[in-house]
Parts: sequence; structure tokens; C-alpha cells
Amino acid sequence: MLLKRLTEAMGPSGYEDEIRQVIYEEIRQYADRVYTDSMGNLIAEKDGTRPGPKVLLCAHMDEVSVMITHIDNNGLLQFRHIGGIDDRILLSKPVMIGEKRIPGVIGSKPPHHQKPDERKNPVGLSQLRIDIGAKSREDALKYVKPGDVAVFATEYEEIGHRRAKSKSFDDRVGCAVMVETIKKQFDVPVVFGFAVQEEIGLRGAGPLAYRTNPDISLVLEGTLAADLPGAAPHGYATELGKGPALSIMDGSSIHNREFLAHMKSVAEQNEIPYQIRNTTAGGNDAGRIHLSREGVLSGVVSVPTRYIHAPAQLISLDDYENTILLVEKFLRSVEQGGLGQ
Amino acid sequence: MSELNIRETMKQLMEASGVSGYEQGIASLLKEAFSHFTNDVRTDKLGNLIARVEGEGAGPRPSVLLAAHIDEIGLMVTKIEKGGFIRVTNIGGVDPRTQVAQEVVVHGRDGDYIGIFGSMPPHLTSMEERGKAAPLADLFIDIAMPEDMVRDKVRIGDTVTIRRTPFELKNDRISGKALDNRASVAAVLECLAELKRLKVGVDVLAVGTVQEERGRVGAGPVAYGLQPDIAIAIDVTFGDMPGAPDDSSFPLDGGPTILVGPNSHRRITADLEATAKQLNIPYELEYTQADSGTDAFALQVQRGGIPTSLVSIPLRYMHTSVETVCYRDIERAGKLLAHYIAGINREYVEGLSCYLKD
Repeated sequence: MLLKRLTEAMGPSGYEDEIRQVIYEEIRQYADRVYTDSMGNLIAEKDGTRPGPKVLLCAHMDEVSVMITHIDNNGLLQFRHIGGIDDRILLSKPVMIGEKRIPGVIGSKPPHHQKPDERKNPVGLSQLRIDIGAKSREDALKYVKPGDVAVFATEYEEIGHRRAKSKSFDDRVGCAVMVETIKKQFDVPVVFGFAVQEEIGLRGAGPLAYRTNPDISLVLEGTLAADLPGAAPHGYATELGKGPALSIMDGSSIHNREFLAHMKSVAEQNEIPYQIRNTTAGGNDAGRIHLSREGVLSGVVSVPTRYIHAPAQLISLDDYENTILLVEKFLRSVEQGGLGQ
Repeated sequence: MSELNIRETMKQLMEASGVSGYEQGIASLLKEAFSHFTNDVRTDKLGNLIARVEGEGAGPRPSVLLAAHIDEIGLMVTKIEKGGFIRVTNIGGVDPRTQVAQEVVVHGRDGDYIGIFGSMPPHLTSMEERGKAAPLADLFIDIAMPEDMVRDKVRIGDTVTIRRTPFELKNDRISGKALDNRASVAAVLECLAELKRLKVGVDVLAVGTVQEERGRVGAGPVAYGLQPDIAIAIDVTFGDMPGAPDDSSFPLDGGPTILVGPNSHRRITADLEATAKQLNIPYELEYTQADSGTDAFALQVQRGGIPTSLVSIPLRYMHTSVETVCYRDIERAGKLLAHYIAGINREYVEGLSCYLKD
């Protein structure tokens, strides 16, 4: 199953080797050309039957993760984040380290040894350690070394009602939408850009957009959904099950108004539910792509994702399927000369 | 009776759930494991699971009770919020900080449902908020269903456990939830397997006790009912880790611990230690000044008093879902108990009540 294969692959920012190979094998038979650049971006091109306009679809392959930075004499591993993680989600979680997926656990002090007020305070990164069962530093070095990267050991599963959880819907759900889209035929040339290093500051998408030089770009994301207890409805950002989310503005872009209006009308004409991403927080690769060269007409469609940047992220499979549909209809609209051509 | 793979059995027991007061499921799994050693397995009124393994030779034989609690810490549903989010309270000692972002199983009326302890995305969390740890009452569980479905499937009072597949770590270490006290259950099974080889003249009452985590509820009544000559509790103790007190935490792979202090009969402590030395089993002594915090405290004072001791397995990260033990320590504990039991006879039991010198 595609979502399972994509979300369970490893891909810390800068270490996207495993996920890149998984995606390559999924798409190679559908593309006219597949190649990588010096940063590790994976690019697949489909020529179509007309010269243009050329559309870039872009999703990032990397995921939030950690890097081993030091091994204590007792064999426990110190680590730091790659990408934005709230330390409070780390306690008592299993992780997998490196290509060999060495299992480790992030330990936590027994409640019996805690002082009464201790539980009011989060445990900071400097106190957290990964335990792989090593007896000493020397023993640990047989299996891991500083610089190895680790991801959460979460399986993809469909749970509850039409929902799925995994460690990395941000942004493997965007990658999956692109894998489904590359299987379809379009008249216009379409570039499928699978970007590296989004989570540490949108590093891969700029070079990717420069090289592929698109006329139009659509970024596909797994974005935050905070439709949760304790949040005010105007702070939900997005809600699960209400359709793909369209962005007006975020930390990296004020999105093109014409693009937004066009996406809305594509959704409405095809009776695809959608919602407006109701927060300015966060950012994505559109922030780099729309400023590429002399500027690129860009937009974003996102699959709402609860518990983003945490070990178990949750999406609605209806939202996922509607996003695949919306992307297809968007490309059809470009074929038909839409979006101000 | 076929050979039992005890290590795999322990992992199955870890993954299964049995919050204090709700041990029926775990008891039936353990009953199946006990059936490899005896056909005499029953449950008492409180739910304690009792396996009687008869010794060799003519009766009456001395009897030894081995008590390992089968319950685990967990959670209970207190409220279903708008949107279908579930609030919980704790059963036993739970650090709410270790619950955030965990996968859980909600044990509903007609089935189990997978859920996630929710967390706000860091994008929407202020630095001030990140400096605070939420109490359990502020946390919520998402079972990925619309509210009306949640209300149909889940009731206030349903139990919740962390969802965790056990992990094999390096150096024979195993990590997961509920090793407190399924590690000790495995030690009891290892002991029974060793006793089968040793053929001893002692009856062993292997008991999975209930509700230890709520104040050792099950152990007292079961010892009262069985009237053993000797009782030994098997539990976990603190494994060494950064921040753990030096005088009451023990290395993993350093062998089981033997209790020293008023909660242990001094002769049993000495004989367990002597047995370990004889067999070249590494061990540590655990010095406890009053209550050992285990079933042993309840066992010791039943009826006219029962000579009692405690053997423990060092375990890191107690009461979290990544509890970690070294399996060799479990095998060592089982072997130690079996060989100690092999040395028991009527005279030895009588000697345990003799304190005066003539």
C-alpha cells in the first residue's frame, strides 16, 4: 500500500536516501525522465503533448527526526532535533537509528523517583537519552555513531473511521498525492519535484525550482490541523475531514490571489470539498518556489494533519483522496487554458 | 505438556492489557502458559490466578507461594468531549508527561480501539507553553472517529493502555510496556521450567496476583487462602540510569536482587544469597528499611505470619511504556528461585520459626 510504503521509509532532512529510492521505484515507469540534483532532490518529468505551460508539483520527502550527537560513557545516546520538535513529545518513545534501523527507546525517570513538583516541568533535550541496550560507550559504538540519524518507530495503520496514522504524513502524504498523479496523462508538461530539507528551512525547493524553471507551481503539503480541545475554532488552522486546505498566507508566502481564486473555482466546479487554511503559522516550499528566478505563479494545497511533527500523525483518507482529485482537476484546468494564460 | 517459549510468552503478555481490576484477559493468557506445567489452575474470588504444581514424592510436602502481580498501570475514561475526544484519569502511578503523543488502546464495550494522545503542533505553541508540562486531566485521546461513533463505542469507566509492541534491544534487553510486572511472571515461568528438570519434593503455588499497583490488593487474600509455608514475591526494581539513587538502583544484566530488611525473612535472604553464590548467579542485595513496596509486604503478615522474601528484576524507566530489562536477569531469577526451592524440606520450614538459643 502506497501510504504505508511512503510513510514508513526513513528520510531525515539531508538523509533522504531511503525515501528517495522508495519514491523512485514507485514512479520510474511513469516518467519520461527521472534524475536527482546535487542536493538530492528527486525530479521526474512528463513531457505531455504540448510545450507549455510547464507545471511543477512539489512535495518534500524529508521528515522531522533526530541526530545522535554524543555517546555517554554508560552507553546512552545524546541527540538533537533535525527540524521542529516540541521536546514534550519525546518521552517514552521508541525510535529507529540509521540504515540498519537499530531500535532504541527514549527513557524517562520513574514517577517513584520524581519530586512532587517535577511533573509540572517538561524534561528538556539535555536530559533525554536514547537507550539501545548498550552496556558502555564502547559497546554502543559497535552499533551506532555520532552523526547517525533516527526517526520515530511508528507503523502506518488505518484506524477509527476513514483515518490513518503514521510518523510522517508531513509530507509523505504530499509525496503520495504526486505518485498517484504521475500515473495519469496530461497534455501539458508536468514536473514532479520531490524536495529535500524542507523541515530545516525550505532548503531543497529553491534549487529544484531554479533547475526545472516552471511556469506554474503547486506545492502539496501535510499541514497542521489543530481542531482539538483547548483550541479556539478560529485557531484550528484546518479541520480533518473537511477537504483539502487552500492557503492564503503563511510564514513563508502571501499566496497569489488569482491562484487561490482559481483553485476554489476548480474545487467548486468539480464538487470537491475544500477549506481555507486558517492560520498564518508555518511555511512550506512555495515560499522558495514563488521567488525562483523572476518569480513563479505558485499555490499550495494541503492535507490537514493532526499531531504534525509528533510520532503518530493523523489524516482523513477522504481528505487525501479529495486532494488527489483536486490536483488532477487543477491540471486539467491548466490543460484547458485556465489560470490566466 | 509441550515446551513453552517463555521469552515469546512474556512479549505476548506485555502487549496484552490488564489494568488493575481488569486482569481477566491477561489471566487467561497466563493460564494457557501455566497449563504447560500443571492442570491445576484456578482463579480465586478476587481474580488471582493460582497454578498448583505438585512436587515429587509422598505428601504432605512443604509449599512455596510465588507471587508475581499480573496487573499493570493504566488509564480510565472520565469524559467524552465535544468532537469525540476522550479524557482520562490514571489507575496506578502514571507520569502524564510520558503519555503525550503516545498511541493507546481504548478498551471499549465491544472491542478495542486504537487512539492517539493528542498534542498541539509546535507551529501553534508559544515558548511559554512549551515550558509547562500538562497534567493528565488536560490531555486527550483521539480515536479517529466522529463524536457519535465514539459515544456509541466508548463509555466512562472503560480502561485505556499504551499501545506498544515490545522491542528487542542490544545485549539481550527487551523494552516495552508492562514489564512491570510481566518480567516477573516470566521469571516464575522460568522457575517452573527449571523445577521440572530438578524434580523437587515441594509444592509450588505459582500465583498471578491482581491489583498490586493499587496497593497490593490481591496478594493478601490469596496467601490467606493458600496457607503456604513460604512466600516469595517476584517484582521489578529500579534499574540504574542517570538520576537514579545509587543506593537503590541496580545494573541491568547484574542479576536479580534479593531483599534485605524487615520485609524479608532473614534466613530466606541468606539462603537465596547462598544459592546464588553456589550457582555462580550474579545478584545484588536490595536494602529496604520497611515496606518493600511489593506484594511481599502483604504476604508476610497473613494468618499467623508467613516467612517471606522478595526477588526482583532490575528495570529501567519504570511505569513508562519503554520499561527495559535484560532477559538474562529473568532467567537468573527463575533459576535462583528453583534451586532455592529445591533445598526446602519440612525441617527447613520449621526452622524458619526458631529464633531462640538454648
